[in-house]
Amino acid sequence: MATYEMVIGLEVHVELATRTKIFCGCTTRFGGAPNTHTCPVCTGMPGTLPVVNRKVVEFAIAAGLATNCEITRRNKFDRKNYFYPDLPKAYQVSQLYLPICRNGHVDISTSAGDKSIGIHEIHMEEDAGKLMHDPWIDQTMVDYNRCGVPLLEIVSEPDMRSAEEVIAYLTKLRQTLQYLGVSDCKMQEGSLRADVNLSVRPVGQTAFGTRTEMKNLNSFKAIGRAIEGEFRRQVELIEDGGRVLQQTRRWDDNKGASFAMRSKENAQDYRYFPEPDLPPMEISEDWIAQVRAREPELAEAKIGRYQREFALTAYDARILTDEKPIADLFEAATALCAKPKEAGSWIMGEMMALMKEKQVLAESLMLDPAALAQIVTLVDGGKLSRQSAREVFAYAFDGGTDVAGYVKAHGLEIVADDSAYEAILAEVLARCEKDVAAYKAGNPKVFGFLVGQAMKALKGKADPKKVGELLRKALGE
Amino acid sequence: MEITDKLVSYVAELAHLKLDDAQRAQAAQDLARMIGYVDQLRELDTEGVEPMSHAFPVVNVFREDEVKESMDRELILQNAPAKKDGCFLVPRTVE
Amino acid sequence: MELFDLTALELGAKIKKREIGVVEVTRACLDRIGEQEKTVHAFITVTPELALARAEAVQRGIDDGTYAGPLAGVPMAIKDLISTKGVATTCASKMLEHYVPVFDATVTKKLVAAGAVCLGKTNMDEFAMGSTTESSYFGVTRNPWNTARVPGGSSGGSAAAVAAREVFYALGSDTGGSIRQPASFCGVTGIKPTYGAVSRYGLLAYASSLDQIGPLTIDALDAAAVTRTIMGRDEMDATSVDVPLPGMPAGDDLTGLRVGVPEDYFGEGLAVDVRARVMEAAKQLETLGATLVPVRMPILDYAIPAYYILACAEASSNLSRYDGVKYGYRPEHFEDLHDLYLTARSEGFGAEVKRRIMLGAFALSSGYYDAYYNKALRVKALMKQGFDRCFEQADLLITPAAPTTAYALGAHTDDPIQMYLGDIYTVSVNMAGLPGMVVPCGFDGEGLPVGAQLIGPAFGEGNLFRAAHAYQLHTAFHRQYPGKKEG
Repeated sequence: MATYEMVIGLEVHVELATRTKIFCGCTTRFGGAPNTHTCPVCTGMPGTLPVVNRKVVEFAIAAGLATNCEITRRNKFDRKNYFYPDLPKAYQVSQLYLPICRNGHVDISTSAGDKSIGIHEIHMEEDAGKLMHDPWIDQTMVDYNRCGVPLLEIVSEPDMRSAEEVIAYLTKLRQTLQYLGVSDCKMQEGSLRADVNLSVRPVGQTAFGTRTEMKNLNSFKAIGRAIEGEFRRQVELIEDGGRVLQQTRRWDDNKGASFAMRSKENAQDYRYFPEPDLPPMEISEDWIAQVRAREPELAEAKIGRYQREFALTAYDARILTDEKPIADLFEAATALCAKPKEAGSWIMGEMMALMKEKQVLAESLMLDPAALAQIVTLVDGGKLSRQSAREVFAYAFDGGTDVAGYVKAHGLEIVADDSAYEAILAEVLARCEKDVAAYKAGNPKVFGFLVGQAMKALKGKADPKKVGELLRKALGE
Repeated sequence: MEITDKLVSYVAELAHLKLDDAQRAQAAQDLARMIGYVDQLRELDTEGVEPMSHAFPVVNVFREDEVKESMDRELILQNAPAKKDGCFLVPRTVE
Repeated sequence: MELFDLTALELGAKIKKREIGVVEVTRACLDRIGEQEKTVHAFITVTPELALARAEAVQRGIDDGTYAGPLAGVPMAIKDLISTKGVATTCASKMLEHYVPVFDATVTKKLVAAGAVCLGKTNMDEFAMGSTTESSYFGVTRNPWNTARVPGGSSGGSAAAVAAREVFYALGSDTGGSIRQPASFCGVTGIKPTYGAVSRYGLLAYASSLDQIGPLTIDALDAAAVTRTIMGRDEMDATSVDVPLPGMPAGDDLTGLRVGVPEDYFGEGLAVDVRARVMEAAKQLETLGATLVPVRMPILDYAIPAYYILACAEASSNLSRYDGVKYGYRPEHFEDLHDLYLTARSEGFGAEVKRRIMLGAFALSSGYYDAYYNKALRVKALMKQGFDRCFEQADLLITPAAPTTAYALGAHTDDPIQMYLGDIYTVSVNMAGLPGMVVPCGFDGEGLPVGAQLIGPAFGEGNLFRAAHAYQLHTAFHRQYPGKKEG
C-alpha cells in the first residue's frame, strides 16, 4: 500500500489597514450599522467610477518586498465579472494579468527543518459586501460596508507538505504583515482569511493529484484540523478506488468534516479584461526605495538585536518578538526602566498568563509601557514586593496607568522604616519565644519560620532581605 | 466555428439573460456576425502592436488615504426595490 | 430679434445686459417645448416647476454677481444618461424608468455652477446603443426638419431639442458618433471632446474607454463656451486629464491651417449630396486661408468590427450592475435569486441592449478573449497610429459625419447592419480618443441637413473651434432651424 503525501497551496486574503477603501473615501472602520460606511462608488450606483487609494499600492509594495517578491513595475487592474448580491457592480476589480508582486518566498522552520515556501503572486483587489440570511422572511440582507475594503491576495506555490508547515507559513506571514503595519491580520474579524488547496499523491510521484479548495477556515486550529481531515478523506477515497473531484468544500469545524459546496459555478468564466476606468500603474525605482526605507525592523532582526543589546536568550527573544504589539511594549518599557530581563520576564510570565486567562489578544493589549516600567523599577528598587507587584500589574494590565497612585491607595509600599520592622520583630520574637530558643539551640530552619512570621505580620509589605538582616540583628548576630 | 444552441445558452447564462426563441435565433445570427468581424480583423497584421486600452499615456492616478464622509444611508437605499433594517433585500442566497 | 434666432451666448449677453429676464426666457422655452413636443418628442422628462424655480434663483444670482459667466440663465437640456440629482435619469430604458440619482454628474455640477437652467432630460437610444433614438423605451424622437425621419442617435433627443430651438444647447454623449451623427442629421453643431477632457463621473457608462460627454449647440462659439465650462480634470474620474482650456475662437483667418482630406472617407457608400456639401465646406475653409492636404486612413474599414467588439465587451460588463437588487426594475414574480437576475434583466432591457450584451459576453468569454477583445485593442492602437500619421501632415481633418442624411423612421429596423455601417466615419475617432466636431454645411435635395466632421489631434479642440467658427462667419446653415421666420 502506497504512502501518500499531502501537497498544499494557500490563498490568503488580508484586509489592508488603510483608513479608506481602495476606490473611494469611505472609512474601512470595522463594525458600524449596515450601509453607513458607503457611497455611490462602493455601492455601484450607475455612473460612478473608481479612483485608486495610493496607500493600498504602497502597502502592496511593502508586503511584496518583505516577502522577497519582484515588484511588477508596470501593473494594472482587471475586471472579474460574475453575478452575486454582495458584488454591487457585478464585477470585482482585481489583478489577473499583471499582479503587483510575483515570485517571492517566506522562510519557515518546523520540526522537519527549515524551508522556503514560494509565493506565486500578490495582487490587490476589492472586498465584497456582507450577506446575512434573515430566516424570518427567508430572504438575504445585503450590507455594503465592507464592499471596497482593500485586500491583498497572497497566493503561495503548492510547496507545503504538512499542516505544521501550513501553520508555520501562516504564522510567519501574519507576523510579517502585522510588523509592516499593512494589516492587523485578525482572523476572527476577517482581516485574515485563508483558503486551503490540497491534493494528495503517492510519495515519490512528481505529478500533482486533483486538488480541492477548502473555505470557511476561521482559526489556525481549524485549518490544522481541516487539513488532516481532507488528507484522510482524499486518501480513503483513492484507496477505495474513487477519484478526487476538483471542487470547493466548506469546512465545518463543529462536525469536523468538509462538505462540497453547491457548485456555485465551479468552472466560472470570469471574462477578465483590463479595467478601462483605471489608468495603469508604473512603480518607479524611487518609489520602491522609499517603501523599502520605511520598512520597520522585522521580527528576525529584533531577535538578533535583543540577544546582542539586551543579552536575552534566543528563546526569550523569539517569544517577545512573536507579535509586534508585544515587542513594541517590551522595547518601550525597557527604554524607560533599562531593565530588559525584568521587563521581559513580566511580559513572558505574568502578562502572557493574564492574556490567556482573560482571552486578550496582543493587538488589544491595554498595558501601558510606562506603567510596566514603573513596576519593574519599584520592584528592583525594593519598594514593592513581588507579591504586591502582581496585584499592581493586574491593575496595569487592565489599563491602569497611575501605578504610584494605586500603590499608595492600596498601601502596598514596602515598609522602609527600620523602626517599624524592629517593632514587629520585637513582637514576633516575644510571641515565638520557644522558636527563638530552638534557633539558638542550633536549628537553622527556624530562621525561615521566623522570617515568615515577620512577613505575615508585615502583611507582605516587606522586603524579605531586610527582614532577614534585621532579624539577625535582633537575635544578636 | 459553429454557433450551436449550447453556445447561445452558455453566453446567455454568462450575461444572465433569458431569451425567447426569436431572440435566441437572433443571438445566433449576431454571434455568427461577431465571428465575421473577428475574421475581418484577422486580415490586419497586428504583430508587435501592444493592445491599447487607453489612448493617452496617463499612469499613476491616485487619491490620498483620507476619510471622506459616507453618504446618508437613506440616500444609499433610496432607489432600492426592496429593503429591510438598513439593508438591501434579495431572495435567499445559496451558500 | 426673435428670441429663438439667438445663440446661447447671444442670449447670455442679453440676459447679462438685463434686456431679457431668465424667467421670461425659461417660460418661452417651456411654451415652445409644449408646442414642439407633440411632434418632435425630444424629451423624456420635462421639469417645468424645477426649471422656473431655478430660473428665479439664477436671476437672483445674476443680480448679486454669483453667476457672472457667459452662459448664466440660458435654458438647456441634458441627455438622460447623465445623472441629475433628484430628477429621473432613465437611459431611455424600462430598467431605469423610476431611477432617481442621489448625486449629480460632475458636468451637471459644473453647469449648475455656471448658472445654467435645465429644462429636462432628453430622449436617446436605450443605454446609448443605437444611431436613431428608435430604441428608446419611451418612444421615438422625430427629426424637426422632417418628422418622418430619424434625428440620429444616440443623442437624438438633444440634437432635436436644439434643432427645434426648445433649448439653446444640450448635453449629449458620444461613444461611436452619438453626438456627431445626430448633429449632422439635425443641422446643429456638436463636439465630442478628446477622451479624458470631460469627466465621465455620473455618466451612465456604455463603453468606458470610448464614452465622452459633449455639447450640441447652435454654433461653434456656443460649443466652445460649453466645452470650456464642462471640461477639466476631475478627482472622481481617474481617466480625466488636466489640460489648458482651448481658447474662444475669434476671426476668420485660417492662414497656415492645414486641413487634411482623407480620401478613404469619401469612397463608396457616401451619398452624392453629402459628398458635395462636405467638399464645398472644405473649399470654403480653403478660401479662408487653409491649405487642403490629401491624407490616407487606409484601415478605416476595420474600425467598425473593432469598435463593436470593444464597445459590446465593455458594455456587457458595465450593464451587469442592473440586476434588480440596488436600484432599477424589479419584476413582480421571480422564483429565486438567479431567476430575479434573469427576469429583471430580460424584462428591463430592450432588444438592442440585450443583443450587445450577448455579443460582449461572448467576446470576453474564455477562449475567445485573445482573438476578440485583445485583437480589437491592437487594432485600436493601429487606428491611433494611423491618425497620428495624418496629423504629421495636417492640423485637422475634414470628413463627412455620416454617409447619408437622415433616413426614414423604421428604415433600418430589419437590417441593423446598415445602421452599424452608418457609424463608419465616427467610430474611428472614438477609438483613437480624438476630438471630433460637426458643423452644419448645407442641405441635400430633400432639404435635410448635412454635417461636416472636423477631427483634431488629441486636445486639439482649439483648432476645431477656430476652423468651425471661421466657417460659420461665412455661412448661415447653422442659423437655420425648422419653422424659422424668414426676414
